[in-house]
Amino acid sequence: MKSSVIIFPGSNCDRDMDVALKKFGFKNKMVWHNDNVIPKSDLVVLPGGFSYGDYLRCGSIAAKSNIINSVIEFANKGGLVIGICNGFQILIETGLVTGALLRNKYLKFICKNIFVKTNKAHNKYFNKIKKDILELHIAHNDGNYFCSQDDLKSIQDNDQIAVRYCDSNGEISENSNPNGSIQNIAGVFNEKKNILGMMPHPERVIDSCLSSNDGSYFFENLLSNMK
Amino acid sequence: MIEVNEKIAIDHGLKKDEYKKICELLKRNPNLTELGIFSAMWNEHCSYKSSKKHLKKLNTKGKKVIQGPGENAGVIDIGDDDAIVFKIESHNHPSFIEPYQGAATGVGGILRDVFTMGARPIANLNSIHFGSPSNKKTKSLLRGVVQGIGGYGNCIGVPTIAGQTSFDESYNGNILVNAMTLGLVKKNKIFYSKAAGLNKPVIYVGSKTGRDGIHGASMASAKFDDKIEEKKPTVQVGDPFTEKLLLEACLELMRDDSIIAIQDMGAAGLTSSSVEMASKGKLGIELHLDKVPCREESMSPYEIMLSESQERMLIVLENGKEKKAKEIFDKWNLDFSVIGKTTNSKNIELYFEKNKVANIPIDLLSEEAPEYDRKWKKSKLPQKIKFTKKDFKNLKITDVLKKILSSPNVCSKEWIWEQYDHTVMGDTIQKPGGDAGVVRVHGSEKAIAATVDSSASYCYAHPLSGGKQIVCETWRNLICVGAEPIAITNCLNFGNPEKPENMGEFVECVEGLNEASKYLNFPVVSGNVSFYNETKDKGIKPTPTIGGVGLIKNYKDMITMDLKETGNLILVVGKTEGHLDQSIFAKEVLNEKKGPPPEINLFNEKNNGETVLKLIKDKLIRSAHDVSLGGIMTGIAKMCIKGKKGINFYKYKGLIDKFEFFFSEDQGRYIIEVKKENVDNVKKILDKNSNHYDLIGEVIEGNISINDEPTLSVDKLADYNKDWLNNYMVN
Repeated sequence: MKSSVIIFPGSNCDRDMDVALKKFGFKNKMVWHNDNVIPKSDLVVLPGGFSYGDYLRCGSIAAKSNIINSVIEFANKGGLVIGICNGFQILIETGLVTGALLRNKYLKFICKNIFVKTNKAHNKYFNKIKKDILELHIAHNDGNYFCSQDDLKSIQDNDQIAVRYCDSNGEISENSNPNGSIQNIAGVFNEKKNILGMMPHPERVIDSCLSSNDGSYFFENLLSNMK
Repeated sequence: MIEVNEKIAIDHGLKKDEYKKICELLKRNPNLTELGIFSAMWNEHCSYKSSKKHLKKLNTKGKKVIQGPGENAGVIDIGDDDAIVFKIESHNHPSFIEPYQGAATGVGGILRDVFTMGARPIANLNSIHFGSPSNKKTKSLLRGVVQGIGGYGNCIGVPTIAGQTSFDESYNGNILVNAMTLGLVKKNKIFYSKAAGLNKPVIYVGSKTGRDGIHGASMASAKFDDKIEEKKPTVQVGDPFTEKLLLEACLELMRDDSIIAIQDMGAAGLTSSSVEMASKGKLGIELHLDKVPCREESMSPYEIMLSESQERMLIVLENGKEKKAKEIFDKWNLDFSVIGKTTNSKNIELYFEKNKVANIPIDLLSEEAPEYDRKWKKSKLPQKIKFTKKDFKNLKITDVLKKILSSPNVCSKEWIWEQYDHTVMGDTIQKPGGDAGVVRVHGSEKAIAATVDSSASYCYAHPLSGGKQIVCETWRNLICVGAEPIAITNCLNFGNPEKPENMGEFVECVEGLNEASKYLNFPVVSGNVSFYNETKDKGIKPTPTIGGVGLIKNYKDMITMDLKETGNLILVVGKTEGHLDQSIFAKEVLNEKKGPPPEINLFNEKNNGETVLKLIKDKLIRSAHDVSLGGIMTGIAKMCIKGKKGINFYKYKGLIDKFEFFFSEDQGRYIIEVKKENVDNVKKILDKNSNHYDLIGEVIEGNISINDEPTLSVDKLADYNKDWLNNYMVN
């Protein structure tokens, strides 16, 4: 399976994503933001980091970069696109997924392990993962998901909420919400569910010597769906 | 241009006789640009004029040392052609004036020092010290510094894996911000700052030059007074995004051999970078300042030479490589300009709008820079305090423990390190909060452990013992995670070197740290000195900070301090003598601040450390933690909190008082958790190596149970430990 990771100036999780994809069997290519076309891929990943220094608004400048039209075209044709952390912010700025990501509620950068409850229905990202609750990792300043009540209703009705922050028992509450996100939303799909944007980093938790190994389930599942 | 006179020279921070010497050496009066250059190169920060004499004595050699002090950073060999480049540096003065930018650019500066040498940064650490929590500035300074460190490190994508924070009223007017970076490089791809060859192009890359940070290095060599707010413009402004681009562009250019020498523009900017490269290569350098990319209109040669704008590098390139190099910097959207060349004049010659605006022999700026043998006062070992049973009357161990765990200097610093990205790069296998941070060497089985430590109150009480103690503590922290200690870097934060007391603190701390460094074969490979941490004549406590680096050959052998399984036994390796003077217990509970710091026995230190490391390598230890602030009881409580486990202490039967046993801060001790079936074997090894040990208890589920006192819930203790800083920062 072929994947492409886009490098924007200021991306800093591009290598980590490359390492993770290769570890689980993807043939990955790194793609420069100034290129016009993405190579033939089954999966495109917008990695985390601080593209363009987070200037103007997180993700906004990357959403106007050269490569992005090609990403949008790929997504509109049903290609699988993942945006992690800053990648999620970029997806939002391109309009490929709904909502906004505001400053964290307590106005602090947060780096820690968190638990998320996954949505397994009709998507290739979480469908066959045996665990319902994954221990992943967040590291962000602007991950406070927000959308209008109408949009919220619409993403709920279409089952587009991909992952929600919870505690280790799966309870979704104010206490398990690290950043103030509406409805504890940590990630969303587009309508067709071929695009996933989420704040947690699965690529940082792919080995038992790291803070968790649950990211492995994510990549293994994704690959198994693409074969 | 203004005519230079003695008064202007003094305004530049030079002393009367220093100015006289400049005129004599030049055989004329300098012009203003030249005076600016002299003042930048001859100030304490760049010239080490007060410290040089003593730093020369440092133990800097060792089998694994590839590069000792004198380069942008030190380099050590970790096998398989891999090397680790590392250094610690202070950014104290700017951080007090403008905490966010001061701390951020401190991180930016040390990162540049490391990637200048061709290494990809793989970990950041920091040691930060603030005034008393009740001081009205402390909270906002702490918040600003933490956000600044995070803002820079998080954006550039280097994990912050360990650190240290302390509070003491002596920092009320001078906080300390020391930042350390480690980088990974192949042994044959290390880049140095020594220029070589004539007529080689001198290239400026990175950000444009602005008017920020002019005289930053002089400010860092000055005392503070009431007018400190006016110094804000001397603080540099950082842009981690540009630094990330600069890092990637430099590493890309370093893949082949286009670069002859490279030096980042840190303190004293273009001045010190050009002078240092030329000086090391015994060459001259000619710069055309019109060609320096400027951010602001009509900047003068004086301003261009003294600006400390961040994220800039100076490179001496091989002839003919300009085009290729430019392509790389264009790709990363960075400025690139050929601004001069190397010459055989041995002078620094500056041109601006076709006029020669400065011409100074390089030697006068480096070798002829003043070197002082400052007067210093030896300190006496304070009298030992005689504590008696009466002092401990009415005290309960559990109450004391709660108080210590929630005291500012012992409490959990999670509020701080949760704001630092400590997992980016995907190789962090031990996060902040343990004895040392650990990262894997990417793509290999090896891992690198790193820690930073300082003990200002020990150093204040007796500098010689304090200096030794920190090196030993650093060594212990590395051993506790299973790493073989290799080398250290030091950041020497002191008061005014012109005062014999402060200078004495410096001299004796250095002597102490050197003695320990030699004995433990733990050489110093890099470092920096920060003097004049003084406000209105009141200096800080002497605070040498030591950053230590160690190697774990197989990352799977790393251990952590959290208790692992119930039923395991707890031993303390090293003898507990009951030294309470200068301990947290004496200060926080008995309100006794006098007395000598704990004594260091280097033989025991080495012997205990080596045995514990061997036991870890033999997989006989499940968890380990060194005994430091707050003694055995505090150490065990932290192991309990981290492991969410408890301990049942055996009935205490020792000769010294139980408070002395549980809270004394004798050195060279480790708490280890051992499986029952391995205890006999462990005891045998300890006996064989003449290591004293005490078997003190057994791991149980979530409570701490001590003799006849009520049991303490570990969950509650964890709250005590965590709440102080959270509440302090929120309220």
